[in-house]
Amino acid sequence: MTTPTFEQAVFPPLDPLATAVADVDGWPEAAPAPDDATPTKTKELVIVDWSGDLDKIWPVLILSSTAAASGVRCRVFVTFWGLLPFVKDDKRIVGDNWMQKMLTLMQRPGIDHLKLSKMNFMGMGPWMMGTLRKQYNVASPRELLEAATAMGVEFIPCQMTMDMFGLKREDLIDEMGEPAGAATAIEIMTEADASLFI
Amino acid sequence: MTLQITQTLDARGLSCPMPIVKTAQAIKTVAPGALIEVLATDPGSVKDFAAWSRTTGNELVEQTADGGVFRFVLRRK
Repeated sequence: MTTPTFEQAVFPPLDPLATAVADVDGWPEAAPAPDDATPTKTKELVIVDWSGDLDKIWPVLILSSTAAASGVRCRVFVTFWGLLPFVKDDKRIVGDNWMQKMLTLMQRPGIDHLKLSKMNFMGMGPWMMGTLRKQYNVASPRELLEAATAMGVEFIPCQMTMDMFGLKREDLIDEMGEPAGAATAIEIMTEADASLFI
Repeated sequence: MTLQITQTLDARGLSCPMPIVKTAQAIKTVAPGALIEVLATDPGSVKDFAAWSRTTGNELVEQTADGGVFRFVLRRK
């Protein structure tokens, strides 16, 4: 039997060949076999929700609520246009200066006032989409958002966008988490099993 | 042998992802090992319940179709 080197002792071999060789040599007896009782890491999904359009926020909410329903931890980093649907219902014009106010004048905030990224036709597209949705009994963005937050999906607003758009924490729905920045987005994305930019 | 169903969830008429979302909420209300039955009409649910069962570890015990109605029996992990 060979004496394990320092590196072998500190970093147990990971590839099957090295493990097989080590077994032949009678090493490592000390390395614990994978224990079935060890809980596996919860799978994680991160979505960067950039768009505030109906046809993009819909899949964000469908995937995040389904992830939570499947026992997958889901965090949604909400940035740029994505923030406007998360403004509270009773807010109409938000912001401090005229440019910020102009933004929400042109794009009405709130989860019930979404536009389509294509074929919007001054609201005709979303109206038709809403009619089809009811006809086929598809859950609305509002229902999906309620399901997602109830099941523990974490929505993280982007601090920089909030500053630039003149959005305050109290302008956003209470279910949203603490505002954060790009470094937080990078950290959770690199730790997650899958990440999406929608 | 008939299965001892603890709870039935009627998800008929609902579209993706609500049958799964409602099932995930309903299964938490029964004890581990207990069975719940879900009725759905969404044709996509056939593949989705199998996938959900694999992801969550809640066993898909039985799956039948009658007319346009799909019935899934799931055992809570």
